[in-house]
Amino acid sequence: MDALILQALNGLASASSLFLVASGLTVIFGVSRIVNFAHGSLYMLGAYLGWTLVTRFAGGGAPGPLGFWGGVLLAALAVGLIGVAIEVLLLRRLYRAPELFPLLATFGVVLIVQDLALWAWGPQDLLGPRAPGLHGAVELPLLGLRFPRYELFLIALGPVVLGLLWLLFRRTRFGLLIRAATEDREMVGALGVDQRALFTGVFFLGAVLAGLAGALQLPRESVNLHMDLAVIVEAFVVVVVGGLGSLGGAFLAALLIGELHAFGILVFPRITLVLVFLVMAVVLVLRPHGLAGAAPAAVPPGAPGAAEPVIRPAPLALRRFALAVFALACALPSVLGDYALSVFADFAVFVLFAMSLHLLMGPGGMASFGHAAYFGIGAYAAALLAHHLAAPMAAGIALAPLAAGLAGLAFGWFCVRLSGVYAAMLTLAFAQIAWSVAFQWVEVTGGDNGILGVWPDAWARDRRVFAWLALALSAGGTLLLLRAIHAPFGYALRALRDSAPRAAAIGIPALTVRWLAFAFAAGLAGLAGALFAYGKGSVFPTLLAIPRSVDALLMVLLGGVRTVTGPIWGALAYAGLSEQLVRATDHWRLLLGLAIVALVLFFPEGLAGAARRWWEARESDGRR
Amino acid sequence: MSAPPPPVLEARGLVRSFGGVRAVDGVSLAVRAGELLALIGPNGAGKTTCFHLIGGQLRPEAGTVRLAGRDITGLPPPRIFRAGVGRTFQITATFGSMTVRENVQMALLSHAQRLFGLWRPARRQMRAEAEALLARVGMAEQAERASGVLAYGDLKRLELAIALAGRPRLLLMDEPTAGMAAAERRALMALVARLARESGLAVLFTEHDMDVVFGHADRVLVLDRGRVLAEGTPEAVRADPRVRAAYLGGVAA
Repeated sequence: MDALILQALNGLASASSLFLVASGLTVIFGVSRIVNFAHGSLYMLGAYLGWTLVTRFAGGGAPGPLGFWGGVLLAALAVGLIGVAIEVLLLRRLYRAPELFPLLATFGVVLIVQDLALWAWGPQDLLGPRAPGLHGAVELPLLGLRFPRYELFLIALGPVVLGLLWLLFRRTRFGLLIRAATEDREMVGALGVDQRALFTGVFFLGAVLAGLAGALQLPRESVNLHMDLAVIVEAFVVVVVGGLGSLGGAFLAALLIGELHAFGILVFPRITLVLVFLVMAVVLVLRPHGLAGAAPAAVPPGAPGAAEPVIRPAPLALRRFALAVFALACALPSVLGDYALSVFADFAVFVLFAMSLHLLMGPGGMASFGHAAYFGIGAYAAALLAHHLAAPMAAGIALAPLAAGLAGLAFGWFCVRLSGVYAAMLTLAFAQIAWSVAFQWVEVTGGDNGILGVWPDAWARDRRVFAWLALALSAGGTLLLLRAIHAPFGYALRALRDSAPRAAAIGIPALTVRWLAFAFAAGLAGLAGALFAYGKGSVFPTLLAIPRSVDALLMVLLGGVRTVTGPIWGALAYAGLSEQLVRATDHWRLLLGLAIVALVLFFPEGLAGAARRWWEARESDGRR
Repeated sequence: MSAPPPPVLEARGLVRSFGGVRAVDGVSLAVRAGELLALIGPNGAGKTTCFHLIGGQLRPEAGTVRLAGRDITGLPPPRIFRAGVGRTFQITATFGSMTVRENVQMALLSHAQRLFGLWRPARRQMRAEAEALLARVGMAEQAERASGVLAYGDLKRLELAIALAGRPRLLLMDEPTAGMAAAERRALMALVARLARESGLAVLFTEHDMDVVFGHADRVLVLDRGRVLAEGTPEAVRADPRVRAAYLGGVAA
């Protein structure tokens, strides 16, 4: 019994921390409609800055009360200013861009902050000071249990912050504007409110909360470079479960998730990671807009960015060019060395991976934030068959797309029933579930150690033969996708994206078409994953992790989401770029992050989009 | 002589409320083959809600909708399309990333249950049929243009071609001529009337322009605050004092 009470109290303490992070995230989303991936980085910066301010400037030795609390508050304010800088320099330029662009830009910020933090504070974990006046444990009245003072302080802090935010929202003009903008952004703009100042203010508020949450972790846990992604995924879950933009919902969800963690460890120690995402998936299926969220206002037809270009058959010159490139690719393996051959096979894999995601994002108009799930499930299917059944490669390559496709049918059934950010978050949740299974089901998947010895059959073990095999399967899958885009099925997908009411009125069954597209894309991503597994000879949980999903998104956007073959070029360029970066410099994260930010800011139509514009300009010049 | 066939559309006692206000409050109507029924009424009378209840975009709280005797109440729009209902929208809705012809081909492919083809290019399928439909609405020359760049009147005509692609028995047109010039309006409604006579199509339309209503409708049904105020031939409705009162409101009273 005592253990249960202690565990419940621990759950409350984590819930408070979680709420601090999530409240900022949800307020920012409510007003700006931006899903801020960098919110976890702000939290991490709060912890690092807090550590520096408390330990370095408190005059050595044990910091006095002023030193600790002053340091924490200063860190929170400093993070607030960093948040303002991110808003003013980057996000302000993206409010009119499609939903995914700001999200990717903030992921670029995540990479940049990771490298800067590594440079500034080094790779080792930093141990924070205790909070003066709050160390040790205290005996709880009535219960007769001893419980750490600092945790009690955190338990109280959550409701206090909720109360303060409530007062801010109800009693001040700033809060009134935030609430109004959350309800109806256009209306607030029409009333002559300075939206820029409002957004900047909201970012400051959200960043301060994230920084405060980070700095307050100092007495609880060490500061490290993995805090950002760990907390952002949890915070996303809380915000989505609570309902995007809802403070009360976030508080409720933080309690739910905090307690779930605390008791999950007692009851289901083996599936703690899955549990959280399972709860999120269940909540989203039962209440598609979260516990306390409202349905987002429908985007009026003809909204900015809605005009998609007409897809026409490729001009003859382009088809000849593509054929020439393919012929070159076929010839290339015969002259490449061993290392270049394995890079070649990787490139073939990434092209298929990116093209499969593009079917959903481009013609489908759906955002998948967890496409790595299907890549990874394909890879694991092949590896498990090879490892446990010693199955030949042909069986792995045939069954991997099947396994990934079935997973796509299962996950997709739920995902296609939601829209926009909620759908994207649900895809993320399913990907995290798949990742957790790979990570925690050690007996079968080998956990973090992965599965080794997944080699091709003898006939394909030669790197040159394998490169040709990868090229053939990748080209085959890509051809299948291209045909599908131009076939009635691809047209039906586009029809649903262009105008849902019109598509329904001519009898296109939206859910069925999208569901099958989801499974189709998943199956081909699984084929790419299986090829990747055989090419590397091993699989690891990172194949299903968030960065891998972001890779695919970047390839599609770099190539041009509004083009048909852009993702091919995007995959080649991105894979080539990151390959070079990783080899050339230790600061590849920083450079990649900057490249993402630059891509989103200055090059939103992608490589193929820019090429098309150049081509069309030339054509119309020629006609004149 | 055998008994007359049931009307193509027969709606009975339709009810739908929004936040406690009954937008449609017990509306019944019937349209026969070859007939044009105009649904008119002041703003907020419930015309568009009525359309959504019949077209499946909204589900009625009470009442039934029958199509040639078959109950289609509350079916989702794709199934209502398959039952034989084509519709155009008040705010035009076409597929902006397709050409004019492809918009019609899309509807034809859907009607032919060929949506799930993965290999043969869609633009080469049912092309002649699409061009024939476009010719009927006078859009043949614009077949290759992107539908997103069409002028408003052309969009309305394209919507008509799309709606006809499903070989409907009933055509629902929500303000088919809004935003068009007077000559265009007359031409479009004359075309619709001809289609109705030739192929026995039943047409239910809403319209603000009284010239269009009284020039083309066989019968007129007047809605006011969700209820049927009057129904009859254009002449009878025009002469009805209650209709004048509803339209002129305080001025007449």
